[in-house]
Amino acid sequence: MRLMYFAAVREAIGVASETCDLPADVHNINDAIDWLAGQSSGHALAFQDKARLRFALDQDMVPLDAALGDAHELAIFPPVTGG
Amino acid sequence: MKRVLISGEPISAEVALAGLSDLGGGAVSSFTGISRDDGGVTAIELEHYPGMTESSLMRLIDEAFARWALLGAAIVHRIGRVAVGEPVVVVGTASRHRADALEATAFLIDRLKTDAPFWKKEHYADGTSVWVDVKSSDDDRSSRWS
Repeated sequence: MRLMYFAAVREAIGVASETCDLPADVHNINDAIDWLAGQSSGHALAFQDKARLRFALDQDMVPLDAALGDAHELAIFPPVTGG
Repeated sequence: MKRVLISGEPISAEVALAGLSDLGGGAVSSFTGISRDDGGVTAIELEHYPGMTESSLMRLIDEAFARWALLGAAIVHRIGRVAVGEPVVVVGTASRHRADALEATAFLIDRLKTDAPFWKKEHYADGTSVWVDVKSSDDDRSSRWS
């Protein structure tokens, strides 16, 4: 799966995107965040407060408990602040 | 007429709103958001999610067309570094009568703030920078349209 990071999440992890083979027992976004948080200290820092994260699956905003299904792209970012 | 543009170059309300007054309506309404000096801010920097940004803004315009009798709508948003005093976003709508354009313009900017994937960083004169926190007042203004 392609992972996209933006704003403070991108800065904490140090890359804007990466491709990961998520384990078979990762079914929803919450599972993915828990697994990704163990990948590096940057990931752990970026994902330490899930309540302050927002998510998009294949470019549609979804909640933390959304199933990954056969989505190709998961984006993880802080609440949006445009305008 | 439906227009969405993400621009890395300076934007102007005049260019963003071009054509809205030629659609045969009696009303054009617009909102321009300007980079503001909040206690020593010299510039803001906007990041976005290419692809999702454009589709989410077009979805908002489609929703506005479904809710109000609009003849046209335009959203033009800056990305990159925007100096204090420069426009960040221009939203405009056209309709036969003023109520539709006025309400649709407020809807578009309120929902843009909570639905479109942009992130804003403030740069200060001393060289520091900080990501802007989401405002609960923005959530309140956005949710009144749902």
